[in-house]
Amino acid sequence: MKRTLGVGAIVMGAMILLPFFYYSNFLINYITQILIMALFAVSLNLLVGYTGMISFGHAAYYGVGAYSVGILLQKYSTSLLGSLFIAVAFAAITAVIIGLFCIRLGEIYFAMLTMAFAQIVYTIVVKWTPMTGGDQGLIGGIPKPPISFLGLSFDIGTPLNFYFFTVILVIGSFIICKFIVDSPFGAILKTIRDNSLRTYFIGIPVKIYQLIIFVIAGTFAGLSGALMALFISGAYPDFTYWTKGAEPIFMILVGGMGSLLGPIIGAAIFNLLTAYITMYTHLYELIMGSVLVVFILSLKKGIVDHLLESRLWKRLSSSRLK
Amino acid sequence: MELMKLFECLGSLSCLTTQITSALILGMVLFLVASGLSLIFGVLGVLNFAHGSLYMLGAYFTYTLLGAHGNFGVTVILASMGVGVFGVIFERLFIKRIYASPLLYQLLLCYAFILILDDLVKLVWGYEFKNIGVPNSFRRPPLHFFGSFMPSYYLFIIIVGGIVALTLWLVLSRSKFGKIIRATAHSSEMVGALGINVNLVYAGVFGLGSFLAGLGGVLAGPVRSIYPGMGASVIIESFIVVVIGGLGSIGGAFIGAILIGLMRSFGIIGFPLIEESFVFILMAVVLIFRPRGLFGKKEA
Repeated sequence: MKRTLGVGAIVMGAMILLPFFYYSNFLINYITQILIMALFAVSLNLLVGYTGMISFGHAAYYGVGAYSVGILLQKYSTSLLGSLFIAVAFAAITAVIIGLFCIRLGEIYFAMLTMAFAQIVYTIVVKWTPMTGGDQGLIGGIPKPPISFLGLSFDIGTPLNFYFFTVILVIGSFIICKFIVDSPFGAILKTIRDNSLRTYFIGIPVKIYQLIIFVIAGTFAGLSGALMALFISGAYPDFTYWTKGAEPIFMILVGGMGSLLGPIIGAAIFNLLTAYITMYTHLYELIMGSVLVVFILSLKKGIVDHLLESRLWKRLSSSRLK
Repeated sequence: MELMKLFECLGSLSCLTTQITSALILGMVLFLVASGLSLIFGVLGVLNFAHGSLYMLGAYFTYTLLGAHGNFGVTVILASMGVGVFGVIFERLFIKRIYASPLLYQLLLCYAFILILDDLVKLVWGYEFKNIGVPNSFRRPPLHFFGSFMPSYYLFIIIVGGIVALTLWLVLSRSKFGKIIRATAHSSEMVGALGINVNLVYAGVFGLGSFLAGLGGVLAGPVRSIYPGMGASVIIESFIVVVIGGLGSIGGAFIGAILIGLMRSFGIIGFPLIEESFVFILMAVVLIFRPRGLFGKKEA
């Protein structure tokens, strides 16, 4: 617990100090984007990696978060933190409703149903034109009023300030996620993943645990979506489409699902790949698909999982113990 | 106001016939895709996420073949068989490697092929939407009955769908091949011990399932627009069909597909804005009362 806080604080501090040593708008925006996507992937990994629940509809909460924050700021001009809070709450409520249906089912039905429910959210977004802008998405920019806190005012309109804002929120979320998976609650989640039937037999209400983690994951996905909407100053129907929900699955698989770090590395790789592939070719899906096939058929595990199991890492960690 | 239209329609024979026809067309195409999905899952235990892409391939094959020689009958057979052969190759090269893998890997491998096939289709046929149009042999005055008009091609889809459903049911429940398939679904090890080549059964079933999805695409090709990514909406609807009908049940897929067809064709009159959500509501209701679908078995 103390170690998590320590490591988290060091990482957060280092990232906040980074722009003072080396500043480039490109790098700042790039890290911001990776952090937001990493939060999306980490939130899904709470389900897939830690609890063994394969959700293909994680885009629903991401989309609800993104659209809520955009609509609130654009049409109702609520305060920034207020909008963010309400947006995340909406995502959580959506997760409760969808979760109540989905957790009743076995893993295959669960995967299909989460995807189908995400599609309902997509349909609503596309059809509810007066509110969401329909096919076009929420365009015209999202205003970002300065945050006033204890008499201080902080304007997240500049890339640098938005970077600080993202670092604090996302690294903060990572720390919370780490607490969750290391807690007794997290231990039960892993037990459910390894054998849900036996977990049930020792008297643990499996479904309730599954629902709770489903909602937690949806909440963080909502935060990630809301941050993305603020970052790109818009929200689009794509955000809720099921292919968006498959993106974090890609990140988890490539990065590795056995640790918190895996999805984060996966998100960085995903962003790098997307940027470079689209620079050279239109056949983006072909290459992403082939990368997936290679990982599934030959590597079997994500990069971080391989590293953690490698001899070098074991020697390093054992020498540290001595 | 729109609800009144729905009641008016239910009261008029011609409107009723028109809507039921369109429901059957939607339902038949969905049934073809969903039955293949259900069959493959029932026997191989793999949920073929890429099934919608096979449907897309069927439509594209039709586009090319019909352009090449113009005979629709030959096209239907060649294009759907082509997708079937593609399925067999796909199973032998990739799917067979993941039978023992966790579910996530199975789903992801199929997902990877959705991406790959979408791009390959773009490479071969280009980005733009294609329209085949109703084949020449069906360009005749529409049939007239119960005060409504039905294009002859629509009748063709319904008849082919019906024949396939019946044949599939007969083959699975009455023939020796069907017996082997059902036995393999139950215990592939036992079937192997009896000297039956299980790999051949797997490849055959995957091929048959792909053929069905391809046939769905072939039949839908002339009445829908064809584009890369057209499989995505079909796979989601097929999922809903098998969730309603029960995974692994062909009869369930049939009932589920027709139900969805009816929901959509009547929903669009009464509730045009939320028509698409209707299908999901139906699914939610079925799941509340029967979590494994209408005809689902205990372990699925």
